Formats: sequence, C-alpha cells, structure tokens
Amino acid sequence: MNTTRTGWLLALAALVCAAFVLLGLCIGSAGFENTVGTLLGEHTSELERAMARQIVWDIRLPRTIGALAAGALLGLAGALAQGLFRNPLADPYLLGSASGASLGVALALASMSSLGGGAGMVGGSMMSEGGVAVSVFSSSVGVRLGLTGAAFAGAVLAVMLTLSLARGVQHTLRLLLAGVIVGVVLGAVTSLVLLFSPDSLQAMQSFLLGSTSFIGWTSCVLMAVVWLVCVVAAWTLARVLDGLSLGEATAQSLGLPIGPLRAALVAVLALATGTAVAQTGLIAFVGLAAPHLVRALARVPHRQLMWLASAMGAVLLGGADLLARWLIAPQELPVGVLTAVLGGLYLLWLMHRGTGALGGRTA
Amino acid sequence: MSIALSAQHLSASLGGRAVLHDISLDLVQGQWTSILGPNGAGKSTLLRAMAGLLPYSGAVSLLGQPIQSMPQRQRARALAWLGQNEASADDLSAWDVAMLGRLPHQAWLAPPNEKDMAAVERALRFTQAWDWRHRPLGQLSGGERQRVLLARALAVEAQVLLMDEPLANLDPPHQADWLCVVEALLMHGTTVVSVLHEITIALNANRLVVMREGRVTHHGATADPATRDAVCEAFDKRIAIHPLNGQWVALPHIPPGNFFHPIQQDAAA
Repeated sequence: MNTTRTGWLLALAALVCAAFVLLGLCIGSAGFENTVGTLLGEHTSELERAMARQIVWDIRLPRTIGALAAGALLGLAGALAQGLFRNPLADPYLLGSASGASLGVALALASMSSLGGGAGMVGGSMMSEGGVAVSVFSSSVGVRLGLTGAAFAGAVLAVMLTLSLARGVQHTLRLLLAGVIVGVVLGAVTSLVLLFSPDSLQAMQSFLLGSTSFIGWTSCVLMAVVWLVCVVAAWTLARVLDGLSLGEATAQSLGLPIGPLRAALVAVLALATGTAVAQTGLIAFVGLAAPHLVRALARVPHRQLMWLASAMGAVLLGGADLLARWLIAPQELPVGVLTAVLGGLYLLWLMHRGTGALGGRTA
Repeated sequence: MSIALSAQHLSASLGGRAVLHDISLDLVQGQWTSILGPNGAGKSTLLRAMAGLLPYSGAVSLLGQPIQSMPQRQRARALAWLGQNEASADDLSAWDVAMLGRLPHQAWLAPPNEKDMAAVERALRFTQAWDWRHRPLGQLSGGERQRVLLARALAVEAQVLLMDEPLANLDPPHQADWLCVVEALLMHGTTVVSVLHEITIALNANRLVVMREGRVTHHGATADPATRDAVCEAFDKRIAIHPLNGQWVALPHIPPGNFFHPIQQDAAA
C-alpha cells in the first residue's frame, strides 16, 4: 500500500519539477516572459533566438535544475539527520557543516580581499546587478571553485571536528551536543574573521542568505552526481535507520553493526549537506521541512522516505527559487530568506495543529 | 537439562558504578525464567549483559557458544530482545515494525520472502495486532504499541527470548494474553527470560532469579517455597505471597495502623 502511494507521490513530484523547469526558463529579471515561445517561434529573428538560447542555456536552465538538485540534497540530508538523531527537529546543519562552510567562505573571502588589495575585488551581493569581480556567487571559475572548495572543506572539517569531540558516532546525544558546540564556536570565529576583514561582509552576507542565482552547469552536474551517490547510499543504509528507530539496544540485538553503519550515515549526511551548502550558501528550513511534509502525506519506512524527502526538497527549493525571482522582479529575493520565512510559518502551523507531527504523541 | 543461556562470574558497571557483582547463572532451555527484585537491584542490567548489549567482565554463553565470539547475525537469529520503553518509530506501520524482527534472517538488500511474511503474520496474529497492521505506530495506544513490539520480538523466531518489562502499558486481560503467548512459546521449546515488576505474573514462571543490590540472592523453581520466601526477603518482607484460586498472588504488605489497612478501614466504617 505504502509503495503504491510512494510511487504516485514521486510521479507527482516529477511532474511538478518538470513544470518548475518550464517555468524556470520563462522567469527572469523582467518577470515572466515567454522565452520558450521565442526559442521555438517561427517569427522571431535569429538574433532574438540566439539571445534567448543563451539566457536559457547559460543562466536559467542550470539555475533551475541546480535549485532542484540542491533541494533534493537538503531534503535527503534532512531525512538522514532526523533518522540518525531520532529527532523530528534535527536539521542537516546539526553536525556543524553550515558553520564550517561559513568559516571556510569567510576565510577565503578575507584572503582574496587581502590579496586583491581592496574592496574592488571583494564585495557585491546577489541583489546587485553590476558586475563585481568577486562575490560568493561570482561567475569567475577560479573564484567560484575557490569559494566552493573552501565551503566544502569547511563543512567537512567541521563535521570531522564534531565527530572527534563526540569521540565517534556511538552516542547520539554527545554527537548532537558536539555539533551545537562546533556550530557556536565556528560561528564566533567567522564573526571574528569578518571583523578583521570588513570588505568581505557584504559578500559573506550573500552566502549566509543563500542563493541559487549563480549556479552553473558544473555545480549542477556536481550536485546531481553527489545526490545520486548519496540517495543510493542512504537507500542502502535505510534499514539501519528503521532499526535505530526502535532504540539502539534493539537495533544491536537485530544483528546490525551499529557503529560502522552510523559512521557511514554521518558521512553521507556530511557529503550531501556540504555539497549543497558549498553551491548555494545557507538555505534554511528545506532540510527540516521536507521530511515533515512527506510525513504529512505518507508514513513510510526510511527506504521510501529517502526518495520522497529528496523529491519534496527539490519541489520546495525549486518553487522557492521561482518565487524569489518573480515576487519583486526585476529585483530578486534571496531564496534562503524566502525558505526561512515560509518554512518557519509551516513549522508554526504544524506546532499549532498539534497532530504529533513534531514528535508529540496523541495516543 | 541443557542450558540455553549461561553467565559465569558476570560483573558490569554503568557510568563507572558497579551494578552487577560476580553473577553466575545457568538458565535452562525451554523454560521460562523470571528475574525479580526491588528497584535498582540490577535486573535489567543483568538481562542486557546476558543479551550481549552491555560491556561486562566474565563470560556469557548462548546455546553453548561464547556470546561475544558469535557472529552478530547468528546471535541475532538465536536470541531475540524486547527492551524497556523502546520505539519512537512512529512513522512505521505495525507490519513494518514486526518485519524488522526478520532482519537477522534477510540478506542486506533482499525484500522479505514468503517465510518472512508468514513469520510476521504469525507474530501479529499471536499478539492480536493483525487487525491494525497497516496503522502507523504513532497512532496506536501504549498497550497496542507494546503488542506490536512483542510481535517484532516474536517474529525473530529465536530460540531464546529476553524481555525487559514486557507488560508495560498492558491492561490485565492483555497481561493474561501475554501469559498465553509465553505458554505457546514454551511448548515450541523457546527459552523465555523476563524482567517483571508484576510479581503475580512472574510467579507463573518455571523458575525465578531473585536479585538484590547487584547480586543473585536465590535461583530456584517457583514451586519451591524457599524461592517464594526469597522473593519476600528481597523486598524486605514488604510483600506477601498468597495462594488464590490455584495460583500465587503477591500483595504489598500494609502494616496494621496504616490508614489503608483493611482492619483499620473496617474500624473507621
């Protein structure tokens, strides 16, 4: 019964994503424009068609697909985090990956700023349309790779620091506490770095607000490949999460090698979160809300939850990306702000509905 | 009499505090042994240590093999565990939870086979949880959840079944049903070990292990008066065991002079 429902929900999510891709081709700085019509129309000039092709192929298509891929990564990471920590309020950023990525980006921006010798090199935000040489979402390949690498390295190092402070992955509570401590300390260090490098502040703000604006094909392919690896790994390990949901002793009694399997799950969580954060900055609530929304639609084992949470994450971030482009066009809202507001409202609604979806029991 | 589970010089600590002290115990195959004792006696710790779920010193053997050297899956097939207050698996249906009991029998990525399905159905019917097998655990009452969890442990179809407070949240009729389940298991040759606070129910066991302050003070047949005396002794004689309609009933001993003492209440009336 559940499998059929999961199939239908996945098909529905695929349809919605396809619709988002089509819409994504048509929504830009001028609001909605029929770019597809221009591309396919017989009465448009070759020049118009070439421009439309460039806009669609170089900007809108990779951005839309990138938003879907980042959302899928965050949704998957959310489902993993909530299963691993056995807490419906667990967030993919809990292991310190977000604060680690932030510190990595802050350090990279600060060093670029000092090497470049001034504000001309660093600055700019996604709200500005004037070309800036370097921003967290610069289209320059070198800068992009440098900042993405810094974010990813920061995320991975922070997760490793969390794991070493927690002395492994055996104790969930210790892992959670270590994640909180790493988050707070690295957040403070990031603030300190920015204090000494005020030129980086504006660019850093873009990272902290999260954006899908500058996702290129390289990021798209990277996120898609990482998602595929992560979702297959998570699907393979999902039985451990089902077993763990009955308590560690029971899971152990069922012959599951809890230690190594939990380490593998943490690695998948870190990879998914680190990759998404490195490409899009900090996008709030998608990882937290996606598994909840799935649970509101279908109560399924973790094997199915991994796919459904990915699909829901893609739908959420894909939709938020379109809204961010369209709501105040020609300006653009930071998509992270939008997801934070919408996600916060959704969780508030869940809390007041009081159905136990946030972990409370009605029975 | 062959031994299903054996502990030799077993000691264990929790948070640096020694909880079990040099316990040696042989549990007979195909019998129900119940572990009794006051709060903090170390009953649950003993059960967990014997299940290999807790670090300990000494030796534990399961069906004649040292438990620590047994491959995990082999051990999981031979010994099923039902823990205290387990489960937060609100999203899983009763069927999915019971199917987790088949994990030790299944290849890692293989879907459940006919045998697994049959075992889960048997377990759910056995615990009268079959009718709501599709309902998520989060939508069940405490007693219903406990029956599903028992079905999960039964679905393992292990030779040895260890249960820590299996009657939590069960009303008296379902406690009686649990006794029927245990009786059926014993008829199939399963060894049952339980920790129970319901002493009256525990007095139905073949054998009792009486514990106090991390030590076994008595181990013997329930039918033996010395065993029942040891139970009363473990509780500082603050309980009394009486025969009633062919079974043993344990009642808290209410001292005369206490307001709730029947004689006192009669006088007040």
